[in-house]
Amino acid sequence: MTDLADLSIADAGRGLRAGEFTAQDLLEATWRRAAVTEAHLHAYLVLDRDGARRAAVRADEELAAGTDRGPLHGIPLALKDNLSTRGIETTCASQILAGYTPPYDATAVGRLRDAGAVIVGKTNLDEFAMGSSTENSAYGPTRNPWDTDRVPGGSSGGSAAVVAAGSAFAALGSDTGGSIRQPAALTGLVGVKPTYGLVSRYGLVAFASSLDQIGPLARSVPDAVDVLTAIAGWDRHDATSYPGDVPDMGRSLDAGVQGVRIGVVSELMGEGIAPEVLSATVATVERLAAAGAEIVDVSMPSTEYALSAYYLIAPAECSSNLARFDGVRYGLRVDGGTVEEMMARTRAEGFGPEVIRRILLGTYALSAGYYDAFYGQAQKVRTLVRRDFAAAYEQVDVLVSPTSPTTAFRIGERSDDPIAMYYSDVCTIPSNLAGDPAISVPVALDGAGLPIGFQVMAPQLGEEMMFRVAAEVERSAGFSFRAPLATSEVTEP
Amino acid sequence: MARRWGSIPPMPVEIDIAKVAALARIALSDEELAAYGAQLGVILEHAERVQALPTDDVEPTSHPLPLVNAFRPDEVRPSLDRDDVLAQAPDAVDGYFRVPQILDGP
Repeated sequence: MTDLADLSIADAGRGLRAGEFTAQDLLEATWRRAAVTEAHLHAYLVLDRDGARRAAVRADEELAAGTDRGPLHGIPLALKDNLSTRGIETTCASQILAGYTPPYDATAVGRLRDAGAVIVGKTNLDEFAMGSSTENSAYGPTRNPWDTDRVPGGSSGGSAAVVAAGSAFAALGSDTGGSIRQPAALTGLVGVKPTYGLVSRYGLVAFASSLDQIGPLARSVPDAVDVLTAIAGWDRHDATSYPGDVPDMGRSLDAGVQGVRIGVVSELMGEGIAPEVLSATVATVERLAAAGAEIVDVSMPSTEYALSAYYLIAPAECSSNLARFDGVRYGLRVDGGTVEEMMARTRAEGFGPEVIRRILLGTYALSAGYYDAFYGQAQKVRTLVRRDFAAAYEQVDVLVSPTSPTTAFRIGERSDDPIAMYYSDVCTIPSNLAGDPAISVPVALDGAGLPIGFQVMAPQLGEEMMFRVAAEVERSAGFSFRAPLATSEVTEP
Repeated sequence: MARRWGSIPPMPVEIDIAKVAALARIALSDEELAAYGAQLGVILEHAERVQALPTDDVEPTSHPLPLVNAFRPDEVRPSLDRDDVLAQAPDAVDGYFRVPQILDGP
């Protein structure tokens, strides 16, 4: 019999409503799985056992009484630990927020609760979401369920690891430069960065406000649609949230790609992309063509500069956003003789090396005399990226590329080389700069048995077409999501 | 792995790292300053490539959405409970956050 922890959200929902099992059974299966896998992965920072049990009991009571909150009713989900949770410690994997317990829920978290979801716990991340490997956590790295010597990607690596291992049915992450899609690619999952503004950022601890978006990591395209649908929509607490109606994003999952125009981004299909990643991408494009899509090669010259621009814009915004961690209102305080001394000591003690590196970089890029040369010029490159996308979308409906230039790398392999680590995001960053939606779908395993992700990008609010193409990618790839570690059978660590 | 970020060769970047750390309010030792200064120099070599792009006719993008102002009705609504918020502070007294003295005494 299939372990309940491995069911899709849709199958779990059917079983719940047919009375085959309860939400409490799903939660117990999730906990059993976590009890086995966490010793290997270190993907959860907090398991909220009491809160999860209460939510599961309530989900069962409501279903019995005829109250059905929809697809996520009774489904165990996990949250990246930069999402504020009322009464549950939220550290962003930083010492500076050790012990911080938010007095409110992030809007996306509240919407999951309203949709009947059972929040299992909070997952590990690169400190303040700055990184591509989940090695920059003050609480230790998370490992990849496909190969525990390797990273799960980042920064939403904890969310990726728990979903791939079956210790949550799906999870929320945040994506500033690829932090949902790259870990999804490295762990064989579907990961979505929605259109900027589609999901409220209220309660997401800010990294780079003009780039950050919350989105799902899931084991299938339909599961991802269900989670994103639950959290999307305008929010009075986020002035940058999209004020219009949310499109029906899952409407065309079965429509196929006959006649759909798909652009392959030439600049992301050559140098710097691992050969096996490249060949899996080409094979996926060929399957889309066989399914009736029209394939066009598209050149986007600005992608060559997007990474450099991102590593000025994101640190600049981070240096401003993280000014709030000053030892006054929450988190760590290290005493000092003056206020300034207290703040400077608190920040030196509380932040890890990558966060300090980015704050310094951003402070420099924003400082007098350098602002126009660095930050101002990076903002202009951002315009060039948007123009390239706009020109491309006059010819095609979606753009495709690899998600990550490589499969999962070894723990420690890139930790002393920031430039190599930053290159992990080369394919994902352009969509963040443009504010466009993008998704990673697993398509193959490389020779070492590690998953390869395929990226589909779409114009703003183009989620319906993005998911339509992603669903065809998923069907035609026939990828099995089961990571070797996704088992409830106890083995020696 | 190739690390080509652009076709323009990198240029060395000089940074007054102590000044930057002071602006950022991070107390770093001389050794730490030297290490971060060297790393930033390498990163900025790559970042400098954006400077060579001709952008005279290009408007900067600060934000992906064309939103200008988002107005809301001016009405009183409940906010977070003050005690809940102050409970998270390292030091609070009489309903206030407490910090080291910032003004000279009387």
